[in-house]
Amino acid sequence: MSMPFYVSPDQLMKDRSDYARKGISRGRPVVAIQYADGVLFTTENPSQALYKISEIYDRIAFAAVGRYNEFENLRIAGVRLADMRGYAYDRSDVTGRGLANAYAQTLGTIFSSGGEKPYEVEVFVAEIGDEAAADQLYRLTYDGQVVEERGYAAMGGSAETITTYLAEHWTEQMTLSAAVQLAAAAAGRNDAGEKAIEIGNLEVAVLDRTRSQPRKFRRLRGDVLTALMG
Amino acid sequence: MTDSPRLSPAYLMPGTGSFADFLAQQAPDLLPGSRTLPPGSAADFAPHATTIVAATFNDGVVMAGDRRATMGNIIAQRDIEKVFPADEYSCVGIAGSAGLAVEIVRLFQTELEHYEKIEGNTLSMDGKANRLATLVRGNLGMAMQGLAVVPLFAGYDLAARTGRIFSYDVTGGRYEETAFHAVGSGSLFARGSLKKLYRDDLDADECVTAAVQALYDAADDDSATGGPDLTRRIFPVVQVVTADGGTRLSDERVAEIADRVIGGRMTRPDGPAASLI
Repeated sequence: MSMPFYVSPDQLMKDRSDYARKGISRGRPVVAIQYADGVLFTTENPSQALYKISEIYDRIAFAAVGRYNEFENLRIAGVRLADMRGYAYDRSDVTGRGLANAYAQTLGTIFSSGGEKPYEVEVFVAEIGDEAAADQLYRLTYDGQVVEERGYAAMGGSAETITTYLAEHWTEQMTLSAAVQLAAAAAGRNDAGEKAIEIGNLEVAVLDRTRSQPRKFRRLRGDVLTALMG
Repeated sequence: MTDSPRLSPAYLMPGTGSFADFLAQQAPDLLPGSRTLPPGSAADFAPHATTIVAATFNDGVVMAGDRRATMGNIIAQRDIEKVFPADEYSCVGIAGSAGLAVEIVRLFQTELEHYEKIEGNTLSMDGKANRLATLVRGNLGMAMQGLAVVPLFAGYDLAARTGRIFSYDVTGGRYEETAFHAVGSGSLFARGSLKKLYRDDLDADECVTAAVQALYDAADDDSATGGPDLTRRIFPVVQVVTADGGTRLSDERVAEIADRVIGGRMTRPDGPAASLI
């Protein structure tokens, strides 16, 4: 009978982190920006059907990078959790914090359990309030950590380069069109340089508190997006 | 409901886009149709909602409901709302046992929104109508004990580019109606009224006026249907659905139309006269 090699917990976790990180850094980045009327997400996505940015509930949106099947599972779970809460209690009882918590616990447990491979995903959960100060943006990593971001954030490939670029150009209370332009420019940057992403390959969506319906999520595409890009 | 912080595996499982199906697996006690009652009729225990009318016009469809809920000879509520948006392009009105009906409407609203979010596109108009039929059918046991729910469903069909109306029976039978329809205790009078008032060239305002007239006639002859309450300024709830989506007409707008209808009834209490031939 062969004895298994001893692997220290440090090494084990490091290996799992490296594995997850490698998968995530291969993905195209997602950029999130808080602007005057809400939160904007942008990414490069040639597909018109397989979205990386989606609606969860009235004021809550989701964006992810990494393995499609894994973040799709998380998205569906989020929609189910939100709809279940909203149906069992009330629509106002569904919160972004609750959702971020459930995701964090799920990702954390999967990461540290030996039985499953870690998810190769990072997730944004955003919730808008009645005014810009009440908006929330959470970034969740593959190991279940939650970071509350302020103003702007990026995840996926070249996230650090993009964040630096955003830090230089982001201002408070941006207009929608300024935010779209900044996000698109940021999403086109990588460690090697920059490129302009074609409008047809941009996936852009906002949580827009000026929308009159209770559901504030809106995709920007076609003529609307072209007009905003100026 | 999950109370553990980690999402239970059922949430992460790929599968149904139907919220009702998910509910049946995860929290069956929350499903309206899953309860059993002791034998006997429960009809007298709960308030009943009454008349709903719907009519199509060129650009879409109008649905209106009176504001009365009754319990036997008692008026249980005088400003109940019985017409709800189902999603952006459809609305649903309810007659029958009020509490159960509102619960079915909530489930139906969640069902449509859930499907839209999970699948990334909206159900077809027929798909929506069929889902509602399933929910009504699930309530059959209750209906046999006197707690029937009979909805009226209407919306704008984006594919066919027209307003459509569906009526239901307690067994979940689904019937598409042409031009106009009414459900509830005052529906016979409302339908008779619409027969004489309806024309297929009505615009949105005229169509709303016809619906308000029909509800007035229903209230005139059916004690369970509430007429316009002039002292409290309570008027019907009216939803208008067009290609631009559904909106609830503001109370002021409905009051204006109701005042005109009442003005006409001051000189001719039976309402506008239709030509004989």
